[in-house]
Amino acid sequence: MDITWYLVLSGLLFAIGACGVLLRRSPLVILLCLELMLNAGSLALIAFSRAHDNQDGHVFAIVVMVVAACEVVVGLGLIVAMFRRRLPLDVDQIRVLRG
Amino acid sequence: MEAVAFFAGALGALGGAVAVIALRNPFYSVLALIVHLISLAGLFLLLHAEFIAAAQIVVYAGAVMVLYLFVSAYVGAVEEPIWEPIAGQRLLGPLLALALFVEVSIAVIGTGLKAIEAEGATVQIGFGSPAAIGELMLEKFLIAFEAASLLLLIAAVGAIVLAGRPRELERESGPAEAR
Amino acid sequence: MSASDFAWLVLLLPLAGSMVIALGWRALPGRTAGYLGTASIGLAFACSLGALISLLGEPHDARQIADSLYDYASAASLEIPLEILVDPLSVFMCLVVTGVSTLIHLYSVAYMDSDAGYRRFFALLNFFVFSMLVLVLAGNFVVLIVGWAFVGFASYALISFWYRRETATRAGMKAFVINVVGDVGLVIAAFLVFRELGTFGFLESFEAARETFSTNEGTVVAICLLMLVGAFAKSAQLPLHTWLPDAMEGPTPVSALIHAATMVTAGVYLIARMFPFFELAPTAADISAFIGLATLVVAATIALVVTDLKRIIAYSTMSQIGYMVVGVSIGAYGAGLFHLMTHAFFKALLFMAAGSVIAAIAGRQSIDGMSGFRRALPLTSGLLIVGALALAGFPGMSGFFSKDEILVFAAERGGMYWIFAIGGYVAAFLTAFYAFRIGFRVVLGEPCPEARELERGHLAHADPVNPLTGEPEDTEVGFPGPEHHIAERARPMAIAMGALGLLSVIGGALQIPGVSAGLEHFFEPTFEESAFHEVIPSSGSAWLGLAVGGAVAIAGIALAYLLYVARPGVTARLAERLSGVHRFLFNRWYFDQLQDALVYRPLVGAGRFANAVFERFVVNGIVQGTVGVVRGAGSAVRGAQSGFVRGYALLLVGGFTALGVYFLAAAS
Repeated sequence: MDITWYLVLSGLLFAIGACGVLLRRSPLVILLCLELMLNAGSLALIAFSRAHDNQDGHVFAIVVMVVAACEVVVGLGLIVAMFRRRLPLDVDQIRVLRG
Repeated sequence: MEAVAFFAGALGALGGAVAVIALRNPFYSVLALIVHLISLAGLFLLLHAEFIAAAQIVVYAGAVMVLYLFVSAYVGAVEEPIWEPIAGQRLLGPLLALALFVEVSIAVIGTGLKAIEAEGATVQIGFGSPAAIGELMLEKFLIAFEAASLLLLIAAVGAIVLAGRPRELERESGPAEAR
Repeated sequence: MSASDFAWLVLLLPLAGSMVIALGWRALPGRTAGYLGTASIGLAFACSLGALISLLGEPHDARQIADSLYDYASAASLEIPLEILVDPLSVFMCLVVTGVSTLIHLYSVAYMDSDAGYRRFFALLNFFVFSMLVLVLAGNFVVLIVGWAFVGFASYALISFWYRRETATRAGMKAFVINVVGDVGLVIAAFLVFRELGTFGFLESFEAARETFSTNEGTVVAICLLMLVGAFAKSAQLPLHTWLPDAMEGPTPVSALIHAATMVTAGVYLIARMFPFFELAPTAADISAFIGLATLVVAATIALVVTDLKRIIAYSTMSQIGYMVVGVSIGAYGAGLFHLMTHAFFKALLFMAAGSVIAAIAGRQSIDGMSGFRRALPLTSGLLIVGALALAGFPGMSGFFSKDEILVFAAERGGMYWIFAIGGYVAAFLTAFYAFRIGFRVVLGEPCPEARELERGHLAHADPVNPLTGEPEDTEVGFPGPEHHIAERARPMAIAMGALGLLSVIGGALQIPGVSAGLEHFFEPTFEESAFHEVIPSSGSAWLGLAVGGAVAIAGIALAYLLYVARPGVTARLAERLSGVHRFLFNRWYFDQLQDALVYRPLVGAGRFANAVFERFVVNGIVQGTVGVVRGAGSAVRGAQSGFVRGYALLLVGGFTALGVYFLAAAS
């Protein structure tokens, strides 16, 4: 298969993830959509590394996974903290920091 | 044969992605994401990235998503109200995402990048194996490797602080409030 | 010590005196400040004498010395050193200024006693003398303008000395504003000189002027006319004269010094100093002479009817300066300056005597309330008569020789200039008349109540009252002082007045036609390049002119005697009969009202219009508009800080998309 297919698929997944971030209001789902975008990025990386016979892309993909894990940890911690304090789990209602 | 595998994986990935953003119940969204991740792992296999595919399933779908499942079970289903407080978001969101996709496609297809030819270069036998990746990580990308570990540590500490029991904090600020 | 060294000392001493008194006023009890001020001016006079002697020691050609202290500005083509010019003219002016000032300071030591502002007075008076000396010693236009401006300020400060009096502060402001009009004229003239001739220094510009300008060329006429604006504002000539009568609000020594002897003569000095320019622009010189003549006559007529004693003397000053302006404008430099000197003597004397008389009637200034002081104030009366005789030009007095010399010169030049001679004699008649209007009314006649009291030894005392408006004054701040000093009881006043009286009598000896020509010889180095240097009236015509002058003076005195002593009451009936004329003269030819209508009201109207329309709509509009724009922009930008995370995400994705478009477009 042409690498192009993988790249286009990766772009599509990225766009879907972005759409989800912009449209959903639950912080949990927004984090999930962020995961989608990250994975799309990993796919593109792997595809390119296959195209160039270069494994740097793989290493980068692993680091991306690490970063995603950290982000999930912190994000979920935030959600748990919000839940514990009885705050509404709605991104639009938590807007104290504004100009 | 390869094309069939590709399209199967692609469909799974796309379907999972769409399900993530479309399903109302966050629990179901998490499950959809797991499906998406497994499909991606399949695509990685097609790209000769065996180790990454394995790591994806074991770490990502296995550990991270389980974390999500636990939290979404803890938090429960959240009612998402219908009304839209930000003007134009419902319209602009998908629109911008579409624009983004179109741009990326144009960039990939239309600009005629020379490196994107047919299947790409021929790969050696050990491409994508754990040994090869381990070698890279410990030689060329050692600092990135160490930094990533540090990041994990920081994230873990941060999570403990963030999700700490509120009662302890209330006890600390209790005497202050009683004054 | 060279002449210029002495000149720098002359400048330094009054300044030092002023600074010491101003800064150390707390440590100067009683009359110390007064004696200190007097001493500094006295020393300055001594140094002026030193400068004179050393200047006379120089050979004839070397008597114009320019000396500079340091270069104030030195760039490309601009050379402005702080220089003084020591030549016969400036030394003469220094002597007159410092000499008369010393005597006036001495007078003030006693006169201003008991006034809470005593030390302020002497500090300002010293500063005034300093600035006048800067003016006369200036060697280039820049220093001249500095001195000019300082003198204007000192005049303002001293006129408004009793600043609790509203009439005084208003008078001070009026004087200052009119002076500033003059300053503008002078400054523009200096600019024009620099532009045409490339230099600010006097000697250099005189030489350059002779080479660059042809006679009556437009530029040089403009320069002269602008200088005349300055000169007339300072010397209170028509039409910029309205400040001088009001300036009598200041204390009497101030009137004596500034408005009789020194500041008002600055204009005459200027015309005399700038004679190369004026001789290159005869048109301007003639205009100057005619204005001088007009002032001469107008002021004399007004002095016939005004009743405030100090204002009569003020109009007299205006009139006599008209003489001097005529003199230096038609080329009689020596004569004009001679009259400047003698006028300083007898006018200061008259003011001092007036001060004494005013003190005797407890601060009121109208001559309607003064009569018969001959027994009560013998010294004052005697010296007042001496001053009046000198003013009138009685044969033998200094005024006789100086005033008529100008008229003789005018007659000698012939042709059109006969107008000046004839006008001058007419005005001399009027001068003699009003001089003895004062003299006879104050000295002779039935003693007024205050005079009778004084004969018995009691000096009159009254609640302080504004002499102009008659309203009671608030003297809580300590000025004007509660005590009044008359010459008979205050030794310093008597000494000063006596000295001036002596000078008024013998001062004429310097320039008796056919006998002595001391001043003319002295002035030669300065004026020898003048075209009129050769116009020397013969002894015969000079004595003829003097005789006519003397006769006119005696006639005037006789008429005054007739109307005021022999037949009192005639003047009152005359005033009724010719009430229109009387009113016209009494209202000072309506010049104040004219200025009000022509200048003040349009300007105020323009100002109000500017405020109501321009300020409110244009300026405020622009300012508020800018504020509005900024505020609006701020609000617009603030809208983006909504607090919605999804909103920020939208902006992020949107921005990223836009960037992508840019890069795609750039790459294709």
